[in-house]
Amino acid sequence: MFKYTIKRICYMIITLFAVATITFFLMRSIPGDPLASMARTLPEQTKANYYAKYGLDQPLFTQYLMYMKGLVHFDLGESILYAGRSVTGEIARTSPISGMVGGTALIIGTLIGVVLGIIAALKKNRWPDYIVMFIAILGATIPVFVLASLMQYVFAVKLGWLPASGWGKPSNMVLPVIVMGFGSVATYARYIKSSMLDTLGQDYVLTARAKGLSERAVILKHVLRNSLLPAVTIFSSSVVGVFTGAFVTEKMFSIPGIGFYYVSSINNNDYTMIMGTTVFYAALFIIMQLVVDFAYMILDPRIRVSSGD
Amino acid sequence: MNDRLIEVKDLCKFFKVGKGNTLKAVDHVNLYINKGETLGLVGESGCGKTTCGRTILRLYDATSGQVLFDGKDVSKMRGKELLEFKKRAQIIFQDPYSSLDPRMTIGEIIAEGMDVHTNYTAKEKDAKIAELLNSVGMKEDFANRFAHELSGGQRQRIGIARALAVNPDFIVCDEPISALDVSIQAQVVNLLIKLQRERGLTYLFISHDLSMVRHISDRVGVMYLGSLVELTKSKEIFENPRHPYTKVLMSAIPVADPEIDGEKKRIEIKGEVPSPIHAPSGCKFRTRCPYATEVCAQEIPKLREVKEGHFVACHHCNEE
Repeated sequence: MFKYTIKRICYMIITLFAVATITFFLMRSIPGDPLASMARTLPEQTKANYYAKYGLDQPLFTQYLMYMKGLVHFDLGESILYAGRSVTGEIARTSPISGMVGGTALIIGTLIGVVLGIIAALKKNRWPDYIVMFIAILGATIPVFVLASLMQYVFAVKLGWLPASGWGKPSNMVLPVIVMGFGSVATYARYIKSSMLDTLGQDYVLTARAKGLSERAVILKHVLRNSLLPAVTIFSSSVVGVFTGAFVTEKMFSIPGIGFYYVSSINNNDYTMIMGTTVFYAALFIIMQLVVDFAYMILDPRIRVSSGD
Repeated sequence: MNDRLIEVKDLCKFFKVGKGNTLKAVDHVNLYINKGETLGLVGESGCGKTTCGRTILRLYDATSGQVLFDGKDVSKMRGKELLEFKKRAQIIFQDPYSSLDPRMTIGEIIAEGMDVHTNYTAKEKDAKIAELLNSVGMKEDFANRFAHELSGGQRQRIGIARALAVNPDFIVCDEPISALDVSIQAQVVNLLIKLQRERGLTYLFISHDLSMVRHISDRVGVMYLGSLVELTKSKEIFENPRHPYTKVLMSAIPVADPEIDGEKKRIEIKGEVPSPIHAPSGCKFRTRCPYATEVCAQEIPKLREVKEGHFVACHHCNEE
């Protein structure tokens, strides 16, 4: 088990290294640089000084080595666009905001989705199933920006119940949470339904009934427990999606989260910001995968033995 | 007839398939099982043996007909009475791989039934689990292991121990050996026979393995397309089968000695088993039966006693 953990952490580091490297060179292959637009009007010497300040005058490979050296020391550098703000500080400032909106949406959305999925599976081919599947199809097909505009139009403009956008009050969270959570509801409802139907056909469910267990105990103890397992996998990517998937929503509701800044840093070729956020996303994703694998081991005895060595 | 533990009267189990089609998995089956005996139920795949067993245990709700357990109608049982029935009537499943919950230890699987039906303390439960594991020929330290760590034969023993955990009187053995290696089959069957002697169990032994059924059963019922065609003593059905289908079935049993096998006449019939959704009118076997006449297409043959304890459902089978 210990050996396995060490092995996994080593793999994590290698993956992160690869992600950082690829991002670095991909980003540099984009035409233009962060100083291009504002440096055009500056005198030659000032321009050179700016480039030297961020090390942009060095050969590309030297810059790469410099960046990697910083990364090893957890130093992601300073934002080029916003002078004086460290990238680490920006991530630390903006990611909790994204996490709060996205996390609330994910938790509420997942819970509702799981409950709807269970109902759909137990009432298969009857009206509750049809309603749930209709909601699920809506959630999977309506683009976030359409849903967001619709919500803003109905609840902010027409009814005036909630603010259309902005950040700071609890009421600001309601619409973004609904918009982001809707996707989770759809995903989990469909996933849990098919997983439940699969489990319901297993003989051990019949065994449980033969033991004399009440129908409720059969569903909760045997069917649900075995059906939730596959959902753990998609849950991990959803957690990362809390941050990455929120680009559009954060932009539309003007939430000062990390997705909002990620988009603007790409627009401005803010090298250090792009690198920093990408590495952050990658690290988050890899860590979540590790967590999920461990969760799997706890939840599923069949994996426990085989992956022990 | 107080020594009848199970009495099945005109039992039907139909499934709706697609639009307006009905699959008659169990079609007016009548049989009884005496206390302490083993009734073998044989037939081809898909003839309704398994559905019949499960409907008797009320794992499926019967479409019509009655199952009497100790004289009481199972379908009318509620609450405590139903719970008592579930305690006294158990099942061993065909597939030892999917019938054990992969998320539970063997101990938990065996204990779960006890939790429902008894008030054992944790200590008593552990002792009982150990005793059960020993009685199916396994060591008690298997209790902490998971089903996937066990072989097929071991799992089927767990399936048996689990069924025994609540001290049942009646067990439906639903093809308990068909998923096992031949070398393990005999072990499991002998274990079932041993347990029956020790505990006075009553078995409904469902199988398509005729030699095995002959070995374990006191009486045998033969099913074809959801209907029971013949029911009599084990010896009688193998030596003196009366229904044309049973005759065909018995002639198909392989014999170990090639010299005898060569002399034996094998009756061959034409065609395939018709679909149970569009079963033939009248006698279901008539489309393949060499003796079929007009009456077979018009009237459904009733199961009647042609000799004491020998029931046949055929228009052309005369009483002796």
